[in-house]
Amino acid sequence: MRKLGLLAVAMVAAGTATGFAGAAHAQQRDTLALGLGLEPPHLDPTAGAAAAIDEVTYRNVFEGLTRIDEKGSVQPGLAESWEVSPDGLTYTFRLRDGVTFHDGTTFDSADVKFAYDRARGPDSVNAQKGYFAAIDTIETPDPRTVVVRLSRPDGLFLFNMGSGDASIVAPESAAGNGQNPVGTGPFRFGRWVPGDRVVLTANPDYREPGLPHLREVTFRFIADPAAQLNAVRSGDLDAFPIFGATESVALLEGDPQFQVVAGTTEGETILAFNHSRPPFDDVRVRRAIAHAIDRQEVVDGAMFGYGTPIGSHFAPHREGYVDLTGTYPPDLDAAKALLREAGVPDGFKTTIKLPPPPYARRSGEIIAAQLARVGIEAELIPVEWAQWLEQVFRGGNDFDMTIVAHVEPLDLDIYNRPDYYFNYHGDRYAEVMAELERTVDPAARNELYGQAQRILAEDAASGFLFQLPKVGVRRAGIEGMWDNAPVPANDMTEVRWTE
Amino acid sequence: MLSFLARRLVAAAATLAAATVVVFVVLEVMPGDPALLMLGTEARPDTLAALREQMGLDRPAPVRYLAWVSGLLTGDLGRSMTYGVPVAELVADRLAITVPLAGLAILASTALALPLGLYAASRRGRPGDFGVMAFSQLGVAVPNFWLGILLVLVFSIGLGWLPAGGFPGWQAGIGPALAALVLPAVSLALTEAAILARVARSAVLETLGEDYVRTARAKGLSNRAVLWGHVLRNALIPIVTLVGLQFAFLMAGTVVIENVFYLPGLGRLLFQAITQRDLIVVKDVTILLAAMVVLVSFAVDLLYAVIDPRPKAGS
Repeated sequence: MRKLGLLAVAMVAAGTATGFAGAAHAQQRDTLALGLGLEPPHLDPTAGAAAAIDEVTYRNVFEGLTRIDEKGSVQPGLAESWEVSPDGLTYTFRLRDGVTFHDGTTFDSADVKFAYDRARGPDSVNAQKGYFAAIDTIETPDPRTVVVRLSRPDGLFLFNMGSGDASIVAPESAAGNGQNPVGTGPFRFGRWVPGDRVVLTANPDYREPGLPHLREVTFRFIADPAAQLNAVRSGDLDAFPIFGATESVALLEGDPQFQVVAGTTEGETILAFNHSRPPFDDVRVRRAIAHAIDRQEVVDGAMFGYGTPIGSHFAPHREGYVDLTGTYPPDLDAAKALLREAGVPDGFKTTIKLPPPPYARRSGEIIAAQLARVGIEAELIPVEWAQWLEQVFRGGNDFDMTIVAHVEPLDLDIYNRPDYYFNYHGDRYAEVMAELERTVDPAARNELYGQAQRILAEDAASGFLFQLPKVGVRRAGIEGMWDNAPVPANDMTEVRWTE
Repeated sequence: MLSFLARRLVAAAATLAAATVVVFVVLEVMPGDPALLMLGTEARPDTLAALREQMGLDRPAPVRYLAWVSGLLTGDLGRSMTYGVPVAELVADRLAITVPLAGLAILASTALALPLGLYAASRRGRPGDFGVMAFSQLGVAVPNFWLGILLVLVFSIGLGWLPAGGFPGWQAGIGPALAALVLPAVSLALTEAAILARVARSAVLETLGEDYVRTARAKGLSNRAVLWGHVLRNALIPIVTLVGLQFAFLMAGTVVIENVFYLPGLGRLLFQAITQRDLIVVKDVTILLAAMVVLVSFAVDLLYAVIDPRPKAGS
């Protein structure tokens, strides 16, 4: 027992040291530690799809010509203003003056041309190369002007140029951005302890006086939900913007030390069908499934009540949203009647492939139970992301149904892609999409978005479930953080402690 | 003795060579395209091709195998596909956590288990023995990750003495770094100690029945002198074997505890690399772990010779 006693003494000694460190941290209040569930593979937003890259670097380190704000609207970024020609083909950007990269080099129109040419060039490894596909030429008449000509109108061009994938990088530093990111934002890269944390420090030369408020921001990577909860409760972390331990949120909600924030994301969570496989090519079967699904039950059971039910593939917080959740209300008799009509009165056996996120695994269990009520016996097959990408998403089409959140903003066009994994096609839908591509006027676009949503809902193109919520926790007294996630980001520019 | 060593070395090398083939083949068969995983659902075919070429995935499998093995032989572990940094650097960073963690755990577990085992054996059938055995039963039954969560609740959230997890890096100073390792090491140590204490007890009991122990007692030696001087040394073989096995197990087996305490150790690196399909890291780390297991069992073999210097039959 003497050994145990010694151990306890050692633990007390070690504990006192860290206890003091914690107190010092609390007094200064110009630093903040944030938790992320996944570590970014590298820190170059122009060379990877991992959301974690943007969750660290978006606007903090890297900026684009435009930027997306918390509501998902396009705001001026490195371009202070722009003009679009009436035909929607020519964009003239006026760049901000006096902007420098973190390594001291000056930002001008040549950097914009370099960044865009790199992203659309033959050696590009940009995950969203498609954003640049409409660009025909880029001209730089003077250091503060960029003229981009498109070969076809692109209604989303300004939005897409505000994504992390369209960040402006400098020719001097682009190659090293993965390990040592050099941007124009309010924070500079400090250090990276692989597997543990990335530290950003305030950029003293940032163009906006008084910003950022924080001296230092630390991003720490904690995958395990129980560990996330412990890190927040013990004070190791000040905030966890996308909190994995949803089941424990109630514990923090009652505690005045914490704020729990339920925001929205761009993630339409759907039960996707493989339209090329019977019986999912039969609209009656898809409608039967739609009637069999009780969305609220899924939200309550799988998401602990967080998440807004959706009736089509469109985010409820966006302009142009139409509430279509009543198209096929939960109705077991209607579902059974439709199955009889489709010639499968006793239901059928099928599978649902489930990628790793808890929203998918938990929703799958509830949906399988709901489908069983109308005789559809769905076997649940959990898969890793790598398998999901290969078996479900890419050419192989080795799936019946899957549950996944589609997080790209305004991605209605995926139902119109010939080789997309659902294998869905609708003539009327294709017409609406073509019209949408030609339309720049916001009101007219919203009207077309509405039409597209109705077609998908009536056709039961997918089993539309819910808009993926962003449930975050943070200490009381933190101000200026985003509640919503229109793009993956933790914009820390205006974040501060109020107490 | 020398030929014993030589045979051992040849066996170790053959084991490792076989391991490289198995690891490579398994990863070839495993589904999942690293480039697709990296670039995600919106990636275009030409972008994927560009990245695959950058990663060297466009070369045929035998060429990649030979390049990898010859790299290993010359000490070049290659470059991580996801992180883009040399694997040797990544692994060195992770070893700087996992080796001290496993070392601390083994040290604590041995320091706890040996006296307990000896004590229980010397009190066979009496209340002290039952007490130790009950503790050991409990230790074997309690999963280390659960114990870890419990320790965090008490010492981090409740008392605020120790961090709930993470690792500040050795550059932050030895105090904070060790503080970060205390709870994970204790979680690991208690389970291992419980097993080790049982093995120590039965090994000692077996030795206590030997003739030379009776002789020693007959010479009038005290109980303590018999135990520490004669019994322990002869009971050490199974104990050393188990400690060796436990250390090798801990090198890779700390992954669950590393998740609970979000420590960036070797186990978590391997786990992340598998889900990310960072094939080169998976291959290198697996071989490294295999090499360590081989090395530990080699060292244990050597220790046998030290503990029991009588010449081996056939040498």
